[in-house]
Amino acid sequence: MAGSVLFDAPGPVTRARHRVYTLVASVAILAVIAFAVWRLQADGQFEYDLWEVFFTPDYLSAILEGVLITVSMAVFAVIGAVLMGLVLGVAKLSDHPVIRWPAWAVVEFFRAMPVLLLMTFFFFAYFISVEREVLFIPEESWGGFLSVIVALTLYNGAVLAEVFRAGVNAVPKGQAEAAYAIGMRKTQVMTTILLPQAIKIMLPAIISQMVVALKDTSLGYAVAAPGLTYIGNQIMLEFRNHVPTVLVIATIYVILNLVLTWLATLVQKRLVGEKKPLEVPMVGEANTGGTPL
Amino acid sequence: MRPMKFRAAAAVLLAASALAACGDAGSDDEGRDVSAEEDCDGKFEDGSAMADWSESGSIRIGHKTDQPGVGFQGATDDVPSGFDIEMAKILIADLCIDPDSDDVKWIETISDNREPFLQSDKVDLVLASYSITDERRAIVGQAGPYMITGQQVLVPSDSDVESIDDLKGEEVCSVTGSTSLENVNAAGAKGVGADDYSECAEKVLDGTYPAMSTDGTILAGLAAQNEGELKVVGEEFSEERIGVGYQKEEAEVCEWINGVLEESFEDGSWEDAFETTLGPSGVETPEAPELDPCQ
Amino acid sequence: MEAIFDNFDAVLKGFGYTLFLFLVCAVVSLVLGTILVAMRVGPIAVLSRAAAVYVTLVRNTPLVMVFFFFHFAGPKIGINFNWVDVHVGGFDFTSAFSTAVVALSLYTSTFVCEALRSGVNSVPLGQAEAARAIGLPFTGTMTEVVLPQAFRASVPPLASTLIAMLKNTSVAGVFYLAEALATMRGFTKDYADQRWGILISFAIGYIILVEVVSLIAHRMERRWRIA
Repeated sequence: MAGSVLFDAPGPVTRARHRVYTLVASVAILAVIAFAVWRLQADGQFEYDLWEVFFTPDYLSAILEGVLITVSMAVFAVIGAVLMGLVLGVAKLSDHPVIRWPAWAVVEFFRAMPVLLLMTFFFFAYFISVEREVLFIPEESWGGFLSVIVALTLYNGAVLAEVFRAGVNAVPKGQAEAAYAIGMRKTQVMTTILLPQAIKIMLPAIISQMVVALKDTSLGYAVAAPGLTYIGNQIMLEFRNHVPTVLVIATIYVILNLVLTWLATLVQKRLVGEKKPLEVPMVGEANTGGTPL
Repeated sequence: MRPMKFRAAAAVLLAASALAACGDAGSDDEGRDVSAEEDCDGKFEDGSAMADWSESGSIRIGHKTDQPGVGFQGATDDVPSGFDIEMAKILIADLCIDPDSDDVKWIETISDNREPFLQSDKVDLVLASYSITDERRAIVGQAGPYMITGQQVLVPSDSDVESIDDLKGEEVCSVTGSTSLENVNAAGAKGVGADDYSECAEKVLDGTYPAMSTDGTILAGLAAQNEGELKVVGEEFSEERIGVGYQKEEAEVCEWINGVLEESFEDGSWEDAFETTLGPSGVETPEAPELDPCQ
Repeated sequence: MEAIFDNFDAVLKGFGYTLFLFLVCAVVSLVLGTILVAMRVGPIAVLSRAAAVYVTLVRNTPLVMVFFFFHFAGPKIGINFNWVDVHVGGFDFTSAFSTAVVALSLYTSTFVCEALRSGVNSVPLGQAEAARAIGLPFTGTMTEVVLPQAFRASVPPLASTLIAMLKNTSVAGVFYLAEALATMRGFTKDYADQRWGILISFAIGYIILVEVVSLIAHRMERRWRIA
């Protein structure tokens, strides 16, 4: 932290001043919170009938189902994105321009696209008429479900391609040189030496990409895809309890994302130890999801 | 239809958890009981769409979920309710299919995707306050109308707006992809497109937009939902002829729909459907409309 | 492609809204993000914690939910932007636009905060120490030495954040604003048979905007590069 060198260990006068600041700041923060609570109270947002829906088993199971669908959309999208990122990332490292350039073009194209644009397009172009009853997805939502997954796969795949490329480059040079020295071919070097090590380095980045994917699943709202946002919208329509619903649904999302972030940190400690995780500048996401406080 | 397996599992899980789930929100609104016709042998020509539906016992209906009294479905309702839905049940019953059976798929359509859904064979019939227009008839089939309504304006109770003419240059909320939005613009107001009508009503209630506009029947339902806060004003400034959408290739479907509609006008089931769904919100039951001949 | 050429004015207008929204939100979120990062690295622990909690909460909330809040929950508790009513040329900047600005700026400002913080953390310790050594107070250290360098180091992550925000403006299209994506949805519905042409056209529009932003960021980075 640069924070600690920015100022001296404070002396008595400064400490007194900081105490005053702290007091003022605390009062201000508390005032903001109190004001928000008072507003909610004044507008009757704490009335039980506005919240009742969240204590009703039927609706709770609908919300749980929404969570399940949201998480599975994110999981499928990330699995697809990892595969796509792997192929494109390796292609970008290829020695043949014929392979390198198209891969580069595909990655750049999908990184510059709003996810929502891709979703809308796939939905209206292809998935509007898909009908399957698979897993636990109500069949009328299956089209939206698919368009969310495909759009997120393409976007996150393009982002992960960059991560993979950097990951392979982060493997110490000596590894590849040693492999060549014992007579391995390029493909062998890539598949047996570089990729296994690269993936270990990249796992945390992949998990934090899941946070991004999970947040983006809510864009499915625009194509009537199922999931947590959709359920929230239904509840709002039925009970007109917008404030509680937004608060509850947003909280669920935040909890899901924090769990994922915590998982990423855990995996990173396990696999990479205390070394700095891989940092790649990402177009589109300054750094993913959540950094620990 | 949500698969019940997961539902049940989730319910068990929740009951088992220490959650004091003691709320009882939501409502049970089943609508009218419509019983299926008994005998369909030879009723429909072999190879016709109706014969297929009747034999397979399954049909997919596109409907709305955000219009109280017309087409509405809450988060946990298995089937929607409203006038459109009642009319759909009458059609389904004529195919000897039980309208309550699980093989009847109720599929939500929004204004934006009704034509694409029909074109891409995602639904068989659309009853979703679907206005008959020449543009639409060019790409999908539309039979009916089974209701004639007109566009009016919904404003807060304390508003002094009397008709759409008072709203020139103002923003008026309607739904993206609906004829209502085009009519609002044609009347000189600035149409703003929302995703659904309930959203629009919220926006009028909170003062974002001075008014919203669409078919009078839908507005009446919304006004009834918000008693004392919203009111419907103005003469009908357009004629919306609400019909049944079907897939273009199936011309014989039109004759069948018209036949069933005609029958429902005569035996009182049409009127009964209207009174049980739109009656409570104070809409007077109109005369049964004149059906368009099939092309 | 006729759909695009016949309605080219509508396409331009849609991208016009996208661009306006981007510019306004860029300024607002940079300002808010700077305030947040000052709280975050400042000596007052309470402010630092508060900013950290706020940033964590907002960053992990989907943007759609933020929009929901300001569009549907906000008005119920007296937060609304119905007083905004500006008309420039053919553009109407009313509540749809201002609500989008608020939602998008608040969301983006947390990412700006993190980008700037990574910039602050990249300033070599020696710089801060030297500034302290010549007797500069916290404010002086920050404004004269650390922040100028931090800003330079933050250009790449900031550019990423702003590009993400540029793409995120499309969410406003789902909430009453007739920007590029909303325009595209209208086209896709009206000219279903020309889907591919419509997609390609709008994709090109977005790519141009994204590339322009990256180019400017790149130029700035080159110009301010620290030896």
